[in-house]
Amino acid sequence: MMPSMEFLVATGIGGVTACGIWLMLRGRTFPVVLGLTVLGYAVNVFIFAMGRLWSNAPPIVGNGGAQIADPLPQALVLTAIVIGFATTGFVIELALRSHHESGTDQVDGAEPGQENAS
Amino acid sequence: MSMGLIDQLPAAPVLLPAATAVLLLLIGDHDGSEHNLSRQTLSARIAIGSALLGLIIAIQLMLQAADGTLMVYRMGEWPAPFGIVLVVDRLSAMMLLLTSLVALPVLLYASGGWAGHGRYFYALFQFQLMGLNGAFVTGDLFNLFVFFEVLLIASYVLMLHGLGRERLRVGVHYVVLNLSASALFLIGLALLYALTGTLNMADLALRAPLVTGPDAVVLQVAALLLLVVFGFKAALAPLSVWLPATYAAASAPVAALFAIMTKVGVYAIWRVHGVIFGADAGASELLVQPLLMPLAVLTSVIGVLGVLAAQTLPRLVAWLTVASVGTILMAIGLFGAQAWSAALYYMAHSTLTAAGLFLLIELVAAQRGEVGSRIEPASPVAQPALLGFMMLLAAASSVGLPPLPGFIGKLMLLQASSAHVYAGLIWTIVLLAGFLSLMGLARAGSTLFWHVRTDMPSGASGVSPSLLTATAFLLAMSVAMSVFAAPLQRYTAAAADQLLDRRAYANAVLGEQGGLDARTVRPYTGQSGGTR
Repeated sequence: MMPSMEFLVATGIGGVTACGIWLMLRGRTFPVVLGLTVLGYAVNVFIFAMGRLWSNAPPIVGNGGAQIADPLPQALVLTAIVIGFATTGFVIELALRSHHESGTDQVDGAEPGQENAS
Repeated sequence: MSMGLIDQLPAAPVLLPAATAVLLLLIGDHDGSEHNLSRQTLSARIAIGSALLGLIIAIQLMLQAADGTLMVYRMGEWPAPFGIVLVVDRLSAMMLLLTSLVALPVLLYASGGWAGHGRYFYALFQFQLMGLNGAFVTGDLFNLFVFFEVLLIASYVLMLHGLGRERLRVGVHYVVLNLSASALFLIGLALLYALTGTLNMADLALRAPLVTGPDAVVLQVAALLLLVVFGFKAALAPLSVWLPATYAAASAPVAALFAIMTKVGVYAIWRVHGVIFGADAGASELLVQPLLMPLAVLTSVIGVLGVLAAQTLPRLVAWLTVASVGTILMAIGLFGAQAWSAALYYMAHSTLTAAGLFLLIELVAAQRGEVGSRIEPASPVAQPALLGFMMLLAAASSVGLPPLPGFIGKLMLLQASSAHVYAGLIWTIVLLAGFLSLMGLARAGSTLFWHVRTDMPSGASGVSPSLLTATAFLLAMSVAMSVFAAPLQRYTAAAADQLLDRRAYANAVLGEQGGLDARTVRPYTGQSGGTR
């Protein structure tokens, strides 16, 4: 039996979220930034899916009484994508600055086992 | 002012800082060379002028809200719940005024030197104000998320203002934690929308009680996810530890401004968990009541332990902020008009005092030579009487000694809780927290002003008048809350009553026929045109 679309989307979001969280718990800034990005993708698809899953239904009202997809989550996800894009750009720059300043890409600004300078 | 302009006033607290910020970006910033200094002065004047205008608008809005009017501003004239609404009620108006009262002296203070330690300070400050004001006036949860992001993005850069290794180290933590919280925020919002079909606060308050059965459990999960997010912003235990690290690393004016940022989390908990998932919310009635009180008590305890353990002045004040959040959330967790009135009064007092203290401790630290803000004996400060008196005033108010507003606020809370089942616990914690903060502050104060070392070089000069004025203004505002305690209490009591009147809020935002009767299909079934 084919798994349903709902099952595939739900497990897909779950898998991507798990990857994002795992990456975010790493000790270096690059995996953390990747983790945030991946988590952001999972969240975006989740918002999209909260308008329910429709096939062959455009999000446009007034196509002769046919089924339409809920347009609102699609609008919300657009806003979330834009904000996520901007914050990712910022956090990459911040991670680079932090690397230049402390000489390490550890999130705590010091290699493990070394005393923090501050 | 014509009638038309007055009607547009609820949008002004958002539009004014936004326009000012863009103008400041256009003017540009100094590049370190001498001939650009005039540009910096011009920016400072524009920023302070705009903050002053913002204060006048906030006062006008508060006067209009004082008689119980709910000012509803529909963006682009779209009817609620379809468009975004801005709503100014008594609580929102008071938060706007509080933001302005913190922003103006902090800007004055920053213009005395800090603003030049990095780039685009004034523009970012205005963006932060736009986010704060927007969060306080919006009547839509997704719009609240957007304003959260506006204020957070501005705060990321402001937090790093002045740079340095420690700020960057803490900044990475602060940004990553907030981005994770934003992800949770979005998941919570998406779930709320999936189950109720709306994100308009007034509409949500009508629809949440209608969600029953297994769906109600998912709705409650969504609400609790939002509690994690708002609790994180408010530094509710166990999510408090980021706050002292961040605030202590930030520059003094930024930390003072952040004193109001923490309150955005408290405000959001109030609106969402106090009102929408408060009394009369059907299966989700008083959802967070069993959680909020214990966590608030824990926040207070952790806060005062931090005050006792703090080894630097910024950390001491930051932990005081955490402790005060615990007190406010205890009052909100009591879910009653009298307690909420106490919460609002105490919130206003603690914000002003914390902001004043963040500025004051930098003035003190600047006169202590190399020792700076560490709580250790050092050479005597140049103006012990003046700074010592201000410190005493702020400290006495924070811990709640009469006749200062901290005392009045705590008294209101104790009175409100006297009939509650947890009354014993609340009284014990509030009084114990006050006593322990008193010990922590007395230890710091005696080290700063009495335990001086004459063998160390002094050479400290007096504080500049503009910095002193800004700091004194914040502390004077806090004292004024004591002088005008009676009218303020009448206002906060009316604000609490207004929050509990869900029907009036829904009528004002959605119209008499709005809300449930609106032609929306909820939850969405895929039918075009909608059914009733």
